[in-house]
Formats: sequence, C-alpha cells, structure tokens
Amino acid sequence: MEQMNAAVSIEDLSFGYKGQPRKNFTHLNLQIKKGDRFGIFGPNGAGKTTLINLMTGLLNYETGSVRLSGYEIKNHKKNVNRLFGFVPQDFSFYHELSPAENLGFFGAWAGLTKQQIQHKITELLEILGLQEVRNKPVHKFSGGMKRRVNLAISVMHEPEILFLDEPTVGVDVQTRHAIINYLKQLNDKGTTLIYTSHQLHEAEDLCENIALIDEGRIIANNSLSSLLNEHRQGGLEGLFLTLTGKEYRD
Amino acid sequence: MFKLRATILKDIRILTRDKVGLILMLAMPVLLAIVITSVQNSTFELVNDNKVPLLLYNKDKGPISEELIKALDKIGIFELKKLSGTQTEKDVISRMHAKDALVAIIIPANYSEEVLGKAKRITQDALKNIDVIADTVINPPMKEIPLLLYYHPVLQQSFRNSIDGGLRSALQLVQSRYIVKRLYSSINEHDIPDSLENQITSNQTPVTEIPVSRDGSRNIPNATQHNIPAWTIFAMFFIVISLGSSIVREKLSGSFIRLRTLPTSFMVALASKQITYLLVTLLQAALIFSIGVWLFPKMGLPSLNLPGDKVGLLLVTLACGWCATSFAICIGVFAQTQEQANGFGAVSIVILAAIGGLLVPAFAMPASFRLIMQFSPLHWCLEAYYGLFLEGGKLKDILMNIIPLLIITVILQLIAIYGLKRKNLI
Repeated sequence: MEQMNAAVSIEDLSFGYKGQPRKNFTHLNLQIKKGDRFGIFGPNGAGKTTLINLMTGLLNYETGSVRLSGYEIKNHKKNVNRLFGFVPQDFSFYHELSPAENLGFFGAWAGLTKQQIQHKITELLEILGLQEVRNKPVHKFSGGMKRRVNLAISVMHEPEILFLDEPTVGVDVQTRHAIINYLKQLNDKGTTLIYTSHQLHEAEDLCENIALIDEGRIIANNSLSSLLNEHRQGGLEGLFLTLTGKEYRD
Repeated sequence: MFKLRATILKDIRILTRDKVGLILMLAMPVLLAIVITSVQNSTFELVNDNKVPLLLYNKDKGPISEELIKALDKIGIFELKKLSGTQTEKDVISRMHAKDALVAIIIPANYSEEVLGKAKRITQDALKNIDVIADTVINPPMKEIPLLLYYHPVLQQSFRNSIDGGLRSALQLVQSRYIVKRLYSSINEHDIPDSLENQITSNQTPVTEIPVSRDGSRNIPNATQHNIPAWTIFAMFFIVISLGSSIVREKLSGSFIRLRTLPTSFMVALASKQITYLLVTLLQAALIFSIGVWLFPKMGLPSLNLPGDKVGLLLVTLACGWCATSFAICIGVFAQTQEQANGFGAVSIVILAAIGGLLVPAFAMPASFRLIMQFSPLHWCLEAYYGLFLEGGKLKDILMNIIPLLIITVILQLIAIYGLKRKNLI
C-alpha cells in the first residue's frame, strides 16, 4: 500500500555496468512520495545519472526492485513509460524540426490523439514563450529556447512523474527563472518532480526533500530543512561539502 | 497507425530539409547514369560505328599485299593510315607512342611471294592425291615470315581480340583466293573467271544476329538498356549513406533517449524509416527511368525501352528498394559512428556491386565468383531487371530472381532486429 502512495520506490537495488568489476549500487533503498519536489545530488561520478537511468528504464537492473506508482519497471515498461516524462541533460529533439513539429511527433509517440496534440502545442508554446517561433527550425534557437523546447516535449503527455537531469544548464537568469516557476506550477497540479543538478542555489529554491549520493550509497535522505538543521548548515552547498568532502571526484 | 504516420512525416521533413543528402540520393545517381551510359555508348560506337586508326607499313611491292590492304579496308572497322616507304619500324613505334594509332601492321617485304608460294605448294599437295601431279614432288616445310601486329598496351584484351579476328579474316580471304586461283588454273589450264572466284571466296553463309527475348521483340540491347537498370540498383543501395547515418545519428543523439522513454516501440521508427526510404528508392527509379526514356535521346544517347510488364517492373523495383533499405538499416543498427556507417556502407555496396555483376558482367567472372555472387542482393536485383529490360520477360519469368532477393531481405531484417534486441533498443 505504501508502494502505491510512492511515486518512486526502490528496494534492495543492485546494479553494475557490464565489464566493470565494481557495482555502482548495492542494496540501494529509496522512496519518493507522490507530489514531492525531490532532489538527488552528489559529486561527479556518484551515480546520479545512473540512478535516473534506472528509474526511467533506460538501464536494466539485475536484482532488487524499481517501481513507479506501484508498477515494477521491468515488468510493465509500456505502462510505466506513460507515467513519467524525462528532461535529459542533452537536447533531446530533432534540430531540423520546429518546436511545433517536434511536439507533434513526440506527442504522437507519447500516445496522444491529434486533438490533444494540437491543444498541448498551443498551450505549452504559449506558457514557455515559444509561440512566435513555433514554426522555425530549432537549430536556429538560443540555448535557453532549446532548453524550453526540451522541457515542453517532456510534459506534453502530462506525466505523473517528471525526471529532470540538469534542466537549466547553460541558460540565462530569465530562462532559469521561467523554467523553475513553470516546474513549481506543474508540481502544484500534482506532478512529482525528481531533479538533479549542480546548481545548488536553484535546488534549494525548488526541492523540498533531497538525497545525497556518494560512491553508490545514499549518505543523506530527508527534507532539506531537517538536513540543514541537523548538520548546522545555512545552505545546500555547505551541507554538500560537509557530507561529501572537498576533494576532487572526477 | 497515427504514430506511424507521424513518424513518417517526421522522417520526410528531416529528409527534405537535408539538401545535400537529397542531392546525394537523387542527383548523383542521375549524373552517374548519364556519365557511365555516355562513356559506354562511346565504347560501343568505337567498336561498332567508329573506325579504329591502324598504321600500315607495307614493305611488300607485290600485288597481294595491296589486296590484303583492300580486304582490311573492306572489313570496315579500321581507318587505314599508310606509311610511306621511307619510314622505318621505329617510326611506326614512335607514332604509336604518340597515340597516332593504337594498332599497327607491318607487311613483310616478300609477302606476295610468300602467298603465291604457299598457294603453289598447297595446290601441288592437293593434286598429288588425285594423280594430276606426280607424287615424286616433295614440298619442303614452309618457313613463313609473319605479319607484325603492334598494339598499344592500353588496348584491352577483348578489343585486341576483335582486331585480331578482323586481320585474320582478311588474311584468310586473300590467301584462299590465291589458292583457289592456283588450283583452278592447274586443273583447267586457264584462269578462273572472276564471277566464279567471287562465288567461291566471298559467298559465305549470311549470319543474322537475333537477341533472345521472351516477348518476341527484336530490340537490340544498347548501352542504355544495360546501364540504366544497373545504375538504378546502385543508386538504390547507395541510400545506405543517408539512411545508415540517419539511424546512427538518431542513436547517438538525445532524441533517441527520449524515444526509448516513450510508450511506443522503436519498431515504429524502423518501419517509418523503411517506408520513407522505400519511397525514396521508388523516386530514384522513376527519375532515372524517366531520364533514360526522355532525356537520353535528346542527348544523342540510345533511348531506354521500358519493359512491357509494368506491374512486374513496379514489383521488382519495390523488392530492390526494400532490400536496399533493409541493408542500410542493418548497417545503421550495427555501426557505432556515422563514419563507420558511411565508410562500411559505401565500400560494401561497391564490393557487392562488383561481385553481383554490376561492374563486370556475370558471364565474364571466374567460376568461384559465380558462387559468391549468389550472396549479393545486387546480383538478384540485376538479374530481375535484365529479365524485364533485356529479355522482355514477365513477372513469372523472373520469380526465381525475386525469391532469393526476398530471402536476403528477410535475413537482413532479422539481423537488424537481433541487433536492436542485443542493444536493448526494442
């Protein structure tokens, strides 16, 4: 029952890349509740992207369990894929196409009808300030505009859970502000946000609960305010350095 | 169906916005067909219509060498360039180095005498057997001084063979005439009448050339009829550059990661690419055939005669196009980089074209290659097209070419699916 209330439920997960002797995760457990704004942080190489790839089914796990809204990923891939949206760090669209054409195509792949697609294209391009350039090829866009297209495609099908891997990297303050505000609006409507970034000030603004990962282990997992109090830190950056140290990791 | 339609639309949009890719797929094959057909047509004309420059250095002063020269001229394939008596064999060779002519014949000084002597000896040997001449006459073995045939090393063997054949036929004609003359005068004790001599020496059984055809047509195949089907197949398979790279680009780009997180099978993307590029191959074929039919005659090249069985032509084109797209998808699935897809794709097509009989005719290949060629899909495509274009066949006549082609296509599809499964992409 608890699993049904969790947006993500990871139990006893072990995973290692083929050909590598060391496992990235062993017996990992993590629960993210529905409607949460959850941040996953850690130094480079800590396993954040690997964990997101496991939660989105891009990587297959060997032992343990990963459930999204109660569905075991490896057994219900098609159902699970309807539940979440993914904003990868890289631009994940066709640069030759316009925003409207990209949204039209990915909307069809997300299982939307023609009418739903048309409605969502108009709505999202308006919200994200792309209406005027809706028919221009994306390769002519600035980095900020491309980030907004990347986000728009991911929320076309109104997912229950939205995974965000560095969604604002390389954008100006205005675009970052617009994206974070839009993400908060989505969360207010019930979308669970699972976010990872090195922009710790932005993370403080967005995340309610966080997990810190280091060397494949969760070294802290609680509400941000509790962790700051517990470790007597004024901000996420101080907490991060206290728990993970100051040495280079990559 | 809506997902597939949306994916095809996406693929067509991306394809049509890549102007260089389009030029590669449509304009380059057309250019290739025009250039190769023009070149081969010139070669055909060189052999059939144009005359081969031939240097002739006649050291003989007798009448028979002049008859030989007339016989050579009468063959019609040589443009005779006679050298004056003051020149030497060295002059002949230096003129050939200057490519004044690619072939030269030097008639030895005593050629007429040799021919007359040979006629006499053969006559004596022949009449000995019927007791016209006493068999006490013993003819010593003949020591002939040969005609010298110089040729430039750039001349290919097949070309030299046809020149050699022409020369031998002229020699045979002249020598036979003198043997007949000598025989007749020895038996009848007067010269042979010209009309009888002509009847004996020039009255060959006529030869009519008929191209074998299934529909009874008598169209003589030309460079266009050979080249257009071959280069259409080549163009179709060369979409490996565009399609193979497109798949690799999609695999390496972020869009592929997103596709994998959406509730649609990657098989839809694969089906879309096949349909889109199958349309491209049909367009390529239609374009190249149209150029063969309408543009080639205006350029002075032979016109392409389309086969009577248009349904058969469409089905063969579809089968060839499907096989070409399957091959390209296979390359795209297994290649790790665009460079791998382009490099391996292009080289493999040239190799498959070579062993498939597109570059060298299948009948001219060594026996070992005839077995290997069965594995080249381009071979079966070519055989099917030639069955329609050259032999005037119908669909039922070329089924045995289409079946292996379809088997290869299905194998390529299965290999691609295996590759996608192994890479956890479907």
